[in-house]
Amino acid sequence: MFIIKHKKIFISISTVLVLLSIISLFVFKLRVGIDFKGGALTEVAYDTVRPAQSDLDAAFKKINLGSVLIQPTGELGYIVKSLDLNEEQHTLLLKTLSQDGKSSLKEKNFNSIGPSVGRELTRKAIIAIILVSLGIIFFIAFAFRKVSRPVSSWKYGLMAIVSLLHDVIIPIGLFSLLSHFYGAEVDTLFVVAALTILGLSVSDTIVIFDRIRENLKNNTKDSFSETVGKSLDQSYMRSIFTSLTVIIVLLSLFFFGPESTKYFALMLTAGMFFGTYSSIFLASPLLVLIEESQKQK
Amino acid sequence: MIKKLISILIVFVLGSAVVFFIFKSEPRLNPNFEAGSSFFKNSPFRLGLDLSGGSHLIYKADVSGVKAGEVSVSMDALRDVIERRVNLFGVSEPIVQVQNSGFVSGAEEKLIVDLPGVTDVEKATAMIGQTPLLEFKTEAPVSTTRKATVDKNGQISVDLNSQFVSTELTGRYLKKAILEFDQNTREPKVSLQFDDTGTKLFAEITKKNIGKMVAIYLDGSPISTPVVREEIPNGQAVISGNFTPTEGKQLVGRLNSGALPVPISLLSRQTIGATLGEAATSAGVKAAIIGFLVIALFLILWYRLPGFIAVLALCIYITTMLALFKLLPVTLTAAGIAGFIISIGIAVDANILIFERLKEELHAGHTIHDAVAAGFQRAWSSIRDSNLSTIISALILFWFGTPLIKGFALTLGMGVVVSMFSAITISRIFLSGFVFIGESKVARFLFSSGLSK
Repeated sequence: MFIIKHKKIFISISTVLVLLSIISLFVFKLRVGIDFKGGALTEVAYDTVRPAQSDLDAAFKKINLGSVLIQPTGELGYIVKSLDLNEEQHTLLLKTLSQDGKSSLKEKNFNSIGPSVGRELTRKAIIAIILVSLGIIFFIAFAFRKVSRPVSSWKYGLMAIVSLLHDVIIPIGLFSLLSHFYGAEVDTLFVVAALTILGLSVSDTIVIFDRIRENLKNNTKDSFSETVGKSLDQSYMRSIFTSLTVIIVLLSLFFFGPESTKYFALMLTAGMFFGTYSSIFLASPLLVLIEESQKQK
Repeated sequence: MIKKLISILIVFVLGSAVVFFIFKSEPRLNPNFEAGSSFFKNSPFRLGLDLSGGSHLIYKADVSGVKAGEVSVSMDALRDVIERRVNLFGVSEPIVQVQNSGFVSGAEEKLIVDLPGVTDVEKATAMIGQTPLLEFKTEAPVSTTRKATVDKNGQISVDLNSQFVSTELTGRYLKKAILEFDQNTREPKVSLQFDDTGTKLFAEITKKNIGKMVAIYLDGSPISTPVVREEIPNGQAVISGNFTPTEGKQLVGRLNSGALPVPISLLSRQTIGATLGEAATSAGVKAAIIGFLVIALFLILWYRLPGFIAVLALCIYITTMLALFKLLPVTLTAAGIAGFIISIGIAVDANILIFERLKEELHAGHTIHDAVAAGFQRAWSSIRDSNLSTIISALILFWFGTPLIKGFALTLGMGVVVSMFSAITISRIFLSGFVFIGESKVARFLFSSGLSK
């Protein structure tokens, strides 16, 4: 019952976190990667000594490849970001990096994406986001079709969606910080992470709502807020544990997994964490709040 | 009781069979891999380009010159030509696919080429983009200067290229090429049939050069320099270089694959070095193992006997998934491995829901036997609902995704479906087998969880 008693505090915490995330998003913005805007990324590793970055910067100023951004990586490598390159430009880039053959290097990774492929991916991502959101909303409507007393079923759905937005907005806000301070970029995996959070977050909310649904059916004596409070007491442990196991594997993926999925794992971890928080401390308290305001009318 | 024991036995036998299959089909685990049967050898893990290293190329096909109704036909023809060319590289399992224009994929007709193991994109794109260049050259007039080089051993070698001059006759005028074997020597040779223009040109060349050499060049290097004995009016020529049957077959393939039906231009290229891919693979495996161990530890410490059974079910889940990856097969990417790792976390969700329910029923004073039955029954609705939303996301992501998204959506979606089976059916079979331990204090302790005694 503790949570329902102090529901206003928990709802406020969530509101503040969401507001902070939105502010961070507007202040720091998201850095869009070459997946979506097109461009080239070349990763090289030098065999013995890495030439000074300033020398390379100067060399790139002399040739006509547009703006070229060089970032050191590892002990002997550079990552070079540029506009998308054709074969000649690619050869020229490698030649410049090797200082006309003086510093021998190996190309570890090359990725050049034309602007039209980037536009295609953007369109696909937007369609996927719309469809997943619609799918989840229909699913929620379906899952709660049977509960309608004393709060109607679409309100359960609405609360599930509110907590869903909460769970996606906060990790995106965090990502904008990563984007600003560590240069993380919005790529395909970012979109996948956001959409996966949508799926996982609902499943968590459902575990608790399912309990409320069952208790409402079996127990007609208690008031609505008491029933919700009891359901929370009964199910918060399992809600935390089911998220915990996913967070365990995500952290393992973050600390030990491949470089390419690090930010992905981090974002999902944040999504799972706030997803658990929202299903316990936000969605159910909000339900009680709604029921109370209904009574006052 | 006997029924239950038989079910447990069946699960063990099936589980062992899956483990045996994975062990036998994995060269790193099986020392006698080479001696194994072809079924095992043909079931490796399929690694995507980002893990195995290789090149991913996206071409745009210019179909503006093609009639509206024939676009898909000419795209298929294009794919066939490119596929033939790619197959000649000797790349293992190249993928060439057409992506037709549409609402989702955009207005362009695209061709996607995946070349595992090929990291020299420049060479690869050159070979894909170019029609093999077959040239016929005749001896240069004696007066031309010839380049010669003297090597370390004092041997003089004359540069062949300076000995010959180009003619108008090229592979453009080729009608078809066939691989034949010489009736006497059984040596492979390639016989060429020119079209009308080619036949005329060839007749002219042979007429003028009786007794001299005619050099046949492929992609700028001479492959055969026969001496002309008489004029050849029927447009048939034979190349009998010193090639093996395989080389001959490749040459015929390249010559016949011919020109591209529609012009193509390269939109995007991606090359991943093999070392980077290897590092990503081993990191993914490491993350999966560590994640599994921590979860196993948590389950056993917190849920005791049922937790131990959940770990058994999880082991069966993991081996089943690995076997499915091999058999279906599923192409694994870094994102796909991430999806699989996440699914390991999700797989135990159902067990946790069941065990928490089980604990509640025990507290309510039910016997272990009843509590186990009720735990499974009453947790079902929340297990079903909570997994459905993940399945919906995975399905849509798979339908719309690029290869990267597909890899993730497939492993995650498969994982959720398979785990619903393993966590419910398998742990139920095991748990109800353990019910015989009775209602003693020890038994109740083993079935309880958390900090309770």
